[in-house]
Amino acid sequence: MKILNLGIGLLAAAAMMSCGDNANKKSSAGGALNSSAAEKVYVAPGEQDEYYAFISGGYSGNLTVYGLPSGRLFKEIPVFSQFPTSGYGYSEETKPMLNTSHGFIPWGDSHHPDISQTEGVTDGRWIFINENNTPRIARIDLETFETVEIIEVPNSAGNHSSSFVTENTEYVVAGTRFSVPVPQEDISIKEYKGKFKGALSFIEVEKETGHMDIKFQLLMPGFNYDLSHPGRGDSHGWFFFTTYNTEEASTLLEVNASQNDKDFIAAVNWKKIEEYINNGGGKMMPSNYAHNVYDHNSHTATSTMKKEVRVIDPTEVPGAVYLLPTPKSPHGCDVSPDGKYIVGNGKLSANLTVHSFEKMQEAIKNEKFEGEAYGIPILSFEDVLAGQVEQAGLGPLHTEFDDKGNAYTTFFISSEVVKWKLGTWEVIDRKPTYYSVGHLTIAGGNSREPDGKYMFAMNKITKDRYLPTGPELEHSAQLYDISGEKMELILDFPTHGEPHYAAAIKADKVAPNSKKFYKLSENTHPFAAKSEAETKVVREGNVVHVYMTTIRSHFSPDNIEGIKVGDKVYFHITNLEQDFDVPHGFAIIGQNNSELLIMPGQTKTSVWEPKQVGVWPFYCTDFCSALHQEMQGYIRVSPKDSDIELEWSLGEDVE
Amino acid sequence: MKSASIIMIIGSALLFSLFIYPLWTVELEAPQYPDGLGMYIHLDGLQGFTEYDLQNIDGLNHYIGMQKLPTPADMWEFRTFPLVVGGMAVLGVIIGFLGLFSKVSHKWFLGWLVVMTILGILGMYDFNAWLIDYGTNLDPKAIIKVVDADGNPFSYKPPLLGRRDILNFTAVSYPALGGILLTVGMLLTFIAYLIGLKSSKK
Repeated sequence: MKILNLGIGLLAAAAMMSCGDNANKKSSAGGALNSSAAEKVYVAPGEQDEYYAFISGGYSGNLTVYGLPSGRLFKEIPVFSQFPTSGYGYSEETKPMLNTSHGFIPWGDSHHPDISQTEGVTDGRWIFINENNTPRIARIDLETFETVEIIEVPNSAGNHSSSFVTENTEYVVAGTRFSVPVPQEDISIKEYKGKFKGALSFIEVEKETGHMDIKFQLLMPGFNYDLSHPGRGDSHGWFFFTTYNTEEASTLLEVNASQNDKDFIAAVNWKKIEEYINNGGGKMMPSNYAHNVYDHNSHTATSTMKKEVRVIDPTEVPGAVYLLPTPKSPHGCDVSPDGKYIVGNGKLSANLTVHSFEKMQEAIKNEKFEGEAYGIPILSFEDVLAGQVEQAGLGPLHTEFDDKGNAYTTFFISSEVVKWKLGTWEVIDRKPTYYSVGHLTIAGGNSREPDGKYMFAMNKITKDRYLPTGPELEHSAQLYDISGEKMELILDFPTHGEPHYAAAIKADKVAPNSKKFYKLSENTHPFAAKSEAETKVVREGNVVHVYMTTIRSHFSPDNIEGIKVGDKVYFHITNLEQDFDVPHGFAIIGQNNSELLIMPGQTKTSVWEPKQVGVWPFYCTDFCSALHQEMQGYIRVSPKDSDIELEWSLGEDVE
Repeated sequence: MKSASIIMIIGSALLFSLFIYPLWTVELEAPQYPDGLGMYIHLDGLQGFTEYDLQNIDGLNHYIGMQKLPTPADMWEFRTFPLVVGGMAVLGVIIGFLGLFSKVSHKWFLGWLVVMTILGILGMYDFNAWLIDYGTNLDPKAIIKVVDADGNPFSYKPPLLGRRDILNFTAVSYPALGGILLTVGMLLTFIAYLIGLKSSKK
């Protein structure tokens, strides 16, 4: 009984203490209303969110679009993976998007989205994202929220230190995590040391169109290049890459790549290399990689195989590359908004290391080198160190910045976000995450002008955060209000796939440009029927092209006869609607690929190879209108040797 | 008489604005059309709020068996009205100038206005007759057949002026800038007559 009383007493004391705490918070925040987390994230019905968050899908291969602060999911943009919801990667028009030098790859592991920038500020034109497994970089158009370009990255493997843009989107950069023989050859894995190279690819982005082209690949020593970020402001023209496995191990890396006390951050002066190339430097290496471009007028992608790539040996360009010793297998490589500091998140280190760009320049000027690795000068740790955040937490991974000179670092092992001050390196606040946080995002957190209102943490482990859904769970994310001195957890929401990083942007930079529908008059698809009068069925041997249209609430034609077993029937469906949010779907029994979801003004094609004689229905899959259930048709399939004439019609048997 | 004639010239010249601005606006309101859906009626044809509004209105109307919105080729009015309005405007301006040089009296101003008013009423009558036909002359094979409280086929006639609920839409009709300038112009010609009358009595 006494023990119980004591327990209650303690509870009461705790309640009083926490009350006092709250009261203090309220007064400092200036009003009782501010303390309500629910109000901070509540976006009333009919209202819209303040920010877009583009969250990578990891092994889903895609990119999801969320609203902040509500945490509502708006769209999943198919990027590297087939997506039966819309037919992406299944339709004839989009299959080329997933073409690579390894053939058609139906999935991807998408990692780090980054929004295009102008003068160091996110401009909301495009978003880039890397595919880790079969190295590729994609560009997504933020007018249509569709993937419009994918370029394969040759000589690369585990495309992880990607896809970050320079401050005028001059380049989107892709670094290899796994070093490989360059060019690939049949050698023993034991020949790793010296033979394997790590390619850092600088992909030029055309200013107006956004088209990507590999300008050069820097062939670096065979380390693992983990993450990267561009310099900005004074350090614009440089790019920084964290490395691990400087031990150059090829087996049991968890032990063998964790031996060196320090690995490196590689600082690359890309402006210097650009100059070298413009003076005829570098050499073209035979290669084979895919460049896939989607056109919004023909609604069709084309895939071109590129046959050579320019490679640069870093020792040939003096002053282009330096190595900055950084403790214990650094993961995230983050540059402060003013470009003065480079944060190396040494994931096995107790301290967080911050390098100074200014001190680095000074050391380079004085040629104070500690040694070299494969001919690349190594600067001394003490010479470039700006400061260390001491004992900040366990397992630092990534750092983002706000607009008030603070940095926020995730700690995977201790499951927390730690806020610290740039320059003084003191810890200001720490908040737990649930659980085991990977990346974190602040809108514009990788730009000159971060927007320090919200920060969200993307966690690797979910456990009990939501109602259980069996052994497999979606990952959890937490949104924090970071406008005050202390971070405040205000929302917990599930994310799809495995988010590795996200990019957030003020909605008003993107929403006004969002397209409502495609103009039929601009449709240049070779198989488009732009009116019901243009619909037809054409046979060429055993290939049949059906030029079909949709409009509420019928297909034209909707009765087709004269198709035979063994035919290859191309249904080219054009959606004649010219209104916002009126898609039509197309599904036919025995469709071996996927349905099509066709936006107004768009043409998409599904190939159908009938294997059975009969009369088979097709229908609209999207509840388009009051007569959606009537939106159907029949196709008659006759035996291979039948002489039934090709016929098509719409509405003939109704009197 | 000088000022009366100038007002007469201005008033009748305002009719020319109908060659630039629409006469009337018909708007369809429904929650799922947050950006609005509707059309402007010009002297020589219809124009959607956006490039695609006419086709989208036709698309909606096909469910209830309404006819497609007319193109200039479908209706003689779209070819005749510009001639009538243009002719009346020119005539009004000429009368105004003749008044200015004291060749005609202010009674001509009233005469012009009476003719214009009769033509206007005829035009409205014709427009209303088209609206009735458009709203009630339905395809017998219409997908959705709606009857009113008395069991008669529902009329989808948009109002000539004001609001009317039509199934899930509210149709709103009101004069557009051209229509307003026409009214102002006609009022000015009446003022011109009154001023002319006053000065003649002196």
